[in-house]
Amino acid sequence: MGAAHSASAEVRELEGKTGFSSEQIEQLHRRFKQLSGDQPTIRKENFNNVPDLELNPIRSKIVRAFFDNRNLRKGPSGLADEINFEDFLTIMSYFRPIDTTMGEEQVELSRKEKLRFLFHMYDSDSDGRITLEEYRNVVEELLSGNPHIEKESARSIADGAMMEAASVCVGQMEPDQVYEGITFEDFLKIWQGIDIETKMHVRFLNMETIALCH
Amino acid sequence: MLRAALPLLALPLVGAAEEPPQKSGSPGEPPPGLALFRWQWHEVEAPYLVALWILVASLAKIVFHLSRKVTSLVPESCLLILLGLVLGGIVLAVAKKAEYQLEPGTFFLFLLPPIVLDSGYFMPSRLFFDNLGAILTYAVVGTLWNAFTTGAALWGLQQAGLVAPRVQAGFLDFLLFGSLISAVDPVAVLAVFEEVHVNETLFIIVFGESLLNDAVTVVLYKVCNSFVEMGSANVQATDYLKGVASLFVVSLGGAAVGLVFAFLLALTTRFTKRVRIIEPLLVFLLAYAAYLTAEMASLSAILAVTMCGLGCKKYVEANISHKSRTAVKYTMKTLASCAETVIFMLLGISAVDSSKWAWDSGLVLGTLVFILFFRALGVVLQTWVLNQFRLVPLDKIDQVVMSYGGLRGAVAFALVILLDRTKVPAKDYFVATTIVVVFFTVIVQGLTIKPLVKWLKVKRSEHHKPTLNQELHEHTFDHILAAVEDVVGHHGYHYWRDRWEQFDKKYLSQLLMRRSAYRIRDQIWDVYYRLNIRDAISFVDQGGHVLSSAGLTLPSMPSRNSVAETSVTNLLRESGSGACLDLQVIDTVRSGRDREDAVMHHLLCGGLYKPRRRYKASCSRHYISEDAQERQDKEIFQQNMKRRLESFKSTKHNICFTKSKPRLRKTGRRKKDGVANAEATNGKPPRDLGFQDTAAVILTVESDKEEESDSSETEKEDDEGIIFVARATSEVLQEGKVSGSLEVCPSPRIIPPSPTCAEKELPWKSGHGDLAVYVSSETTKIVPVDMQTGWNQSISSLESLASPPCTQAPTLTRLPPHPLGAEEPQAPLHLPSDPRPSFAFPPSLAKAGRSHSESSADIPQQQELQPLMGHKNRTHLSPGTANSHWCIPFNRGGRL
Repeated sequence: MGAAHSASAEVRELEGKTGFSSEQIEQLHRRFKQLSGDQPTIRKENFNNVPDLELNPIRSKIVRAFFDNRNLRKGPSGLADEINFEDFLTIMSYFRPIDTTMGEEQVELSRKEKLRFLFHMYDSDSDGRITLEEYRNVVEELLSGNPHIEKESARSIADGAMMEAASVCVGQMEPDQVYEGITFEDFLKIWQGIDIETKMHVRFLNMETIALCH
Repeated sequence: MLRAALPLLALPLVGAAEEPPQKSGSPGEPPPGLALFRWQWHEVEAPYLVALWILVASLAKIVFHLSRKVTSLVPESCLLILLGLVLGGIVLAVAKKAEYQLEPGTFFLFLLPPIVLDSGYFMPSRLFFDNLGAILTYAVVGTLWNAFTTGAALWGLQQAGLVAPRVQAGFLDFLLFGSLISAVDPVAVLAVFEEVHVNETLFIIVFGESLLNDAVTVVLYKVCNSFVEMGSANVQATDYLKGVASLFVVSLGGAAVGLVFAFLLALTTRFTKRVRIIEPLLVFLLAYAAYLTAEMASLSAILAVTMCGLGCKKYVEANISHKSRTAVKYTMKTLASCAETVIFMLLGISAVDSSKWAWDSGLVLGTLVFILFFRALGVVLQTWVLNQFRLVPLDKIDQVVMSYGGLRGAVAFALVILLDRTKVPAKDYFVATTIVVVFFTVIVQGLTIKPLVKWLKVKRSEHHKPTLNQELHEHTFDHILAAVEDVVGHHGYHYWRDRWEQFDKKYLSQLLMRRSAYRIRDQIWDVYYRLNIRDAISFVDQGGHVLSSAGLTLPSMPSRNSVAETSVTNLLRESGSGACLDLQVIDTVRSGRDREDAVMHHLLCGGLYKPRRRYKASCSRHYISEDAQERQDKEIFQQNMKRRLESFKSTKHNICFTKSKPRLRKTGRRKKDGVANAEATNGKPPRDLGFQDTAAVILTVESDKEEESDSSETEKEDDEGIIFVARATSEVLQEGKVSGSLEVCPSPRIIPPSPTCAEKELPWKSGHGDLAVYVSSETTKIVPVDMQTGWNQSISSLESLASPPCTQAPTLTRLPPHPLGAEEPQAPLHLPSDPRPSFAFPPSLAKAGRSHSESSADIPQQQELQPLMGHKNRTHLSPGTANSHWCIPFNRGGRL
């Protein structure tokens, strides 16, 4: 798409697909071009240009999530090399706030989608489970911002969280049963009863592109 | 308050006060000699009355809470106001006059600050800032709106002739009245909403509004008051401008004062390492100083304290010791609840004063209707605007609760009392109206809001305890959102929060936190740590009966399987944090009889721990002596910890064992055991016990059947366990010898073991074996039948060699060699209590058995047993354990 993207029909199509308004799409498109350097697609390296991202401890995971085929709804696993504008919008649409007009099921669906995004970020090998290794990996990265916390403690936190998850998700286990990892169903269970509405949205309204790329 | 309280409390004391002169004067001598007895009421009067007041209020609270039914229906604030009315009535009846009223000075200087500090300090800051936009809108726009519309409408009412002409008030007077009556009161809101449990967003909006609107109220009140004093004719256009400007000065100034003091407070607590005892005091002093400073500069004092509490908490909590934290928390809550109680009671009492009552139905009814109506209208209008921007819109039900939750309270009352009668001729009418409004909102609305919330099915706050997973996920999400905003290039809320956190981490925290605190400062780590601590504390607090483990245990789950697994969870979880002592493993192992026993066991353990040192009376004011009590506590904890580690380990062995039956175990697992052993041996919690090489979490559970089948045995065993512990303790005491074997022993010493065969063969085991010393009788509880059968199987190969042909043989082989000196005196002691054949077996037999097992070819299985075996090998140093250890398995085996 990229530069060719100006036809209003195209915009409307995207609107339908992603739920963004046409102004939002235009704004996002401007940003997309800025990020890609006027190329039709964005590659991973382009994200290096975002200066604010550098401080993010789980930066690599997030950038990866942008290229994850599962999030792009393109396949069960694997990473895309580059994403076009539509893909970019697809990713962004995960963070769309809930509309007042949405029905119960839609709200529930949107919640599920958001959680799935998070889940995919944890489940780096796309096997449908967050294994302990993967969980540890995430926790270590989360804590990497603090140089004083040793890897050891990060691990033990992950271990504790895993055990907790196991106890929440699998009420009863057979004596020999092994808890392989958190499946998406388990993941939903963990989130049950937690109000995430306020915690998972980004406001795309009135966006102003102030952050500059170097 | 003091002066005012006098007439009331002086009553019963009048008689007493009159008597003393007679008594002391009874000698009648003009120069009174050395009086034996002197009555000095007047010297203690003031503080005495204060104390009595608080006492009365507290006693009343106790009485209210005697009945659960009453307090669940009626908010405490209502009860207190009613009590105040009754007390006021008594005063009136006895003294024939009621001079008493809630003194504005006392209220603003002494009663209000603790409540505000409490609410600011314990404000959920994340939630507060997430909703700051809405809160500010309601606080500023809403309060202004309420004040002006109510004032104007009342004036209109007067113009329409519905207010009696006695009420001499102009437009400005009504505006003044509107400004003081319009503010939602933090005390009343807090008192009512705390009992209602609406969802947290709704709560924080109403409550935050009530706190932040103070600035607006203060400004409006002051501006209107000065306008009234100047007279409306003299008010210039510049005065209006000044009024608007003062709004900013008062609010921003108040907030700035609060933040400055928060900074000072955080900085001060950074250096209190050697004088821990004054830490709580500092918190209160500096917060109070913030309040007084703001008050002095006629800025918004409530805002100052709120900001102070909000700002300092993070750093203060990190700096001060755990005990100080508890002290701060409790003192703050005590003071706040005390102040709140007194305020409501005094409100009730001051309403009785008939001299204040200047009733005008038109004014009263008009005010009531207007404040309700304009509040609702204001909320709806503002919400409509806010919902255009809010990510999560507030729905209609929320709006109803917000409108209805706009309670007025003591602030309005104190402000109206402060009016100058000469300048505001209608003061008496205003006072009466304010009292009615306050009573109406607190009593009627307070009573009905709970049913209303229920009826409307307002989303209640879900009281789930924080879990580690939740914390982790939320953190991840925060980062994701910040990243998305970065990518989109939109500097929104998440972006700024992220920036702030970076800044805080880089500069502020470094400046304001102790280095030691800063190092480990991380929210996730905090939650982890807190959960662990809470586990331990709740366990200890409740005498070991609890199963509630940090949102992990699902008490509703009937199966003990989950419980067992949870306990493992806890153990694992705690293993990372050095300070964690989770005692639950033992108790959560099994249900029913066993748990009871475990509790008993605990009780005995705790009770039988006899301090080697006597508790010293603490003589120092500057330190709470940490030595005696603390160290002993620590030791008890350590023991428990070890025990739990042990039981956990044995559980694990159990699994491994069952697994190893069909197939050989992976080496990795063995290694893991070794590591676990090693760490536990050092008395340090193992860091990554559990998932070492395999990424799978293994959770064990025993099948229910076995429990049923051997319930009677369990009983017996339980008794054994207890007896054993008791004896063991006494041994320790008698001998004054600290042996590393028992859970009761004060400081476990590690006894270097002689390498067993297994250790020689498996080098990673060497040096770890001594862990097994701590295998206690718990082992048998956790690993009952599986283990037994496992053992039996593992040793079945040796049975041909071992002399006793019965099933008991395998366990018997584990009989330790008798300790040379120590056990002899003990042996007779045991005999009466367990006259079992097991005792008759000579040590030599046990030795033989062991040597057999050592020569066993079944190495993997031996690995399983190794720690236990190692334990046996070493128990010869500790007679008590030796017995327990094997009496119980023996008994079991026999039954099987």
